[in-house]
Amino acid sequence: MINLVWLVPLLPLLGFLVNGLGRRYLSKSLAGIVGSGAILAAFVISLLMFLEVRTPGFQAVTVQLFDFISAGSLHIPFAFQVDQLSSLFLLIITGVGSLIHIYSTSYMHDETSEGFARYFAYLNLFVFSMLILVLGANYVMMFIGWEGVGLCSYLLIGFWYKNTNYNNAAKKAFVMNRIGDLGFLLGMFLMIVHFGSVNYAEVLPQIAGVAKGDGTLAAIAILFFVGAMGKSAQVPLYTWLPDAMAGPTPVSALIHAATMVTAGIYMIARSNILYTLAPCVQNVVAIIGLVTAVLAASIALKQDDIKKVLAYSTVSQLGYMFLALGVGAYTTAVFHVMTHAFFKALLFLGSGSVIHAMGGEQDIRKMGGLKKYMPITNATFLIGCLAISGIPGLSGFFSKDEILSHTFAANKLLYVVGLLTALMTAFYMFRLYYITFCGQFRGTHEQEHHLHESPGAMTFPLIVLAILSVIGGYVGLPAVFGAPNLLEHYLHPIFAASAEKVELHEMAHSTEWLLMGLSSVLVIITIFLARNWYRNFTDNGEPRTGIAKVLENKWYVDEIYDAIIVKPLGMLSRFFEEAIERSGIDRLVNGVGRGVQWGSQQVRLLQSGQVGFYIFAMVIGMVILFVIGFLVR
Amino acid sequence: MGMNLQQVVFGILSIISLITALGVVFSKSPVTSVLCLILTFFTIAGHYVMLNAQFLAVVHIIVYAGAIMVLFLFVIMLMNLNAEGEPQKRNWLKYAGAISGGALLVVLLAALREASLPSLTPASNDIGLIANLGQTLFKTYVVPFEVSSILFLSAMVGAVVIGKKEH
Amino acid sequence: MPVQYYIFLSIALFCIGVMGVLMRRNAIIIFMCVELMLNAVNLLLVAFSKMWADAGRVDAAGAQIFVFFIMVVAAAEVAVGLAIIVMVYRNSQSVDVNIMNRLKN
Repeated sequence: MINLVWLVPLLPLLGFLVNGLGRRYLSKSLAGIVGSGAILAAFVISLLMFLEVRTPGFQAVTVQLFDFISAGSLHIPFAFQVDQLSSLFLLIITGVGSLIHIYSTSYMHDETSEGFARYFAYLNLFVFSMLILVLGANYVMMFIGWEGVGLCSYLLIGFWYKNTNYNNAAKKAFVMNRIGDLGFLLGMFLMIVHFGSVNYAEVLPQIAGVAKGDGTLAAIAILFFVGAMGKSAQVPLYTWLPDAMAGPTPVSALIHAATMVTAGIYMIARSNILYTLAPCVQNVVAIIGLVTAVLAASIALKQDDIKKVLAYSTVSQLGYMFLALGVGAYTTAVFHVMTHAFFKALLFLGSGSVIHAMGGEQDIRKMGGLKKYMPITNATFLIGCLAISGIPGLSGFFSKDEILSHTFAANKLLYVVGLLTALMTAFYMFRLYYITFCGQFRGTHEQEHHLHESPGAMTFPLIVLAILSVIGGYVGLPAVFGAPNLLEHYLHPIFAASAEKVELHEMAHSTEWLLMGLSSVLVIITIFLARNWYRNFTDNGEPRTGIAKVLENKWYVDEIYDAIIVKPLGMLSRFFEEAIERSGIDRLVNGVGRGVQWGSQQVRLLQSGQVGFYIFAMVIGMVILFVIGFLVR
Repeated sequence: MGMNLQQVVFGILSIISLITALGVVFSKSPVTSVLCLILTFFTIAGHYVMLNAQFLAVVHIIVYAGAIMVLFLFVIMLMNLNAEGEPQKRNWLKYAGAISGGALLVVLLAALREASLPSLTPASNDIGLIANLGQTLFKTYVVPFEVSSILFLSAMVGAVVIGKKEH
Repeated sequence: MPVQYYIFLSIALFCIGVMGVLMRRNAIIIFMCVELMLNAVNLLLVAFSKMWADAGRVDAAGAQIFVFFIMVVAAAEVAVGLAIIVMVYRNSQSVDVNIMNRLKN
């Protein structure tokens, strides 16, 4: 089965080609079947492969398709590497991906059939790129996928390209990602210069042999992390992700919550040994992650757009994952990627269902009381909220709690801030829930009349994801529960080298129980707080003041970026346009053109039509050539 | 300054060929030019014989003197150009032509004056014999030989097409 | 006898041909001067053929074959060229090359 791994990315690619090339001819149902079927088939193959990879003692398999770059001593094959980490990511991508594809067949039904097929083509291309990213056996392959998902993200954010704001959001995402990509690329170059290879199988053992704290390793690690910052929306490159909500909601669920943004996590988990041996960079990762988590969570407290809340929540959760990576808890980070994929996809799809019912309305102040109109969406959304908040027993609880306990072991201050973030998470999620689903309906009568539960193709993925959000945590039970931690055991080969170098801080079980109890109690208190404040929310229309206003405006980060970077850059560009482009290069080019024109006017007279003169000129030329040859010799 | 027979013959032939060549250029009447050129070709054929290219000398006379020059003569007679005096309006072109041709001569002579090459022996060899040439032509150069037949064919077609009277 | 003699003779013949082409305006004479130039080259080839044959090269006959090919080309050229001249004469009652500055347009 492993040898068929090339089928996994190939199927989405075929789906992309069929839908992309045949978008004018395919009917909607056919495009939907092709798009969803390709991903579903890929999921089945991934599942079969996973069953093989799961067996204890499985060694990583590299399937080489062809030589991609071969120059001098540098060999970069186009190869796939199947191991525990990539196999797990395959399952997440194709699994959540196929659910979202199914959901999309219904959600996007109002599109024209050409737009519908185009949508599925982009979505399939995205899945293809993401699979290349996680399956690649070297950093160059990862980079190909990395760029591919960036492109698809751009295309899908600007899917409704007739809207200028959406296009601007797409461009913003693209440019910010480019900044990060440059870091990744530079890191890769440094790696090639230093280790002469980018293949995981060759370069990672080499890195493991380098002494801890080596300067080059730190440089590579920090450059890679810059790449991860761009892709996974960390401070200071996070502002594109909330704007990326301009795309269709299933896209936000798939790309900007469940899969693409976790590429940074995947990269660092893949190069875990690099970060283990560069402790200073690891600290940077932890601090950046935590800052992102707090900042985004605080912004989410006062957002009124249902998707914006979820977007900032995603940024915040990604910050969490980086915090985990930063304290060396790689398994936990991957665990949180998985659980987060479940409940964040669920929440986004739930919000999509709400938006669908509200006829495109995204402002939660105009919703309310949707509970009785949309029972399934309500129930699943509630489960998502409970999971992300970390209510004991649900998936989010286990992963988040593990991150917090590892953080506690590493640094108490980080733990306090992390816990604060968890409480803010619970607060804004339940604020969102109560404002949207409880109280009185605050929209227009027309909207109220139109309210309905979404069709089966949309509720089915919601139910599946809700189930996964509940039970997904049990694969990674913390040690205190006595049960074996399946995930840690499964991923052990990937992180074995790091584990040898650094002993994770072990804690007494009593401490761990205490921390768990503390966070659970605090979260539940916070939820009740949110319930009391927002259960009967009424929109009084008063503008916010003080700190609330600052939060509503996202700490004015966009404005600050605009003033510090965008404006001076624009001024510089205008200066260049005036001073260099118009009066320098343009004049030069026009001058050359005019000179040639004038010269040819003069030379034209030589073309007299006198054959004798032509021959004469030829002979003279020959004589001159001979003389030159004679003299030069 | 001892001169052997070969050098004497070479000198005589060369003088004749140079004089007749100049005659081609400077004679007023085209018919005289043609006749001068025929003489030049005969002297060149003489050079060929001296250079052991006997067969080539024969072919040369047949093709050039026998065919090509007759064709020229034929055309001149046909056009009745015999007594035609060229209008001599632009003399500067003549002087310029003479000067540049002379310059070419000087430059080439200067360039090749000191070239060191093996000298020719008086002894004859059989390189120019028909058997030897035939072997070379039909063994080594058979493809160019065949191609030249196509050249001939196309020249023939071209001549016919051009010479045809327009309707 | 040095081969230089033949080289100088060939150069002289060739340059006389060039002069003729440059000085005369009668197309037929120009044509004949071109033939003269070709023959100067032929003579040189044959001289070199002899020189290499004396030096013991077996492939020296190739130069003479080359002369054959030049003759072939010359013959073909004369056939077409004279046809063109006849045609020009028929149209303009002249073989002056300067008449042909209609090429200009």
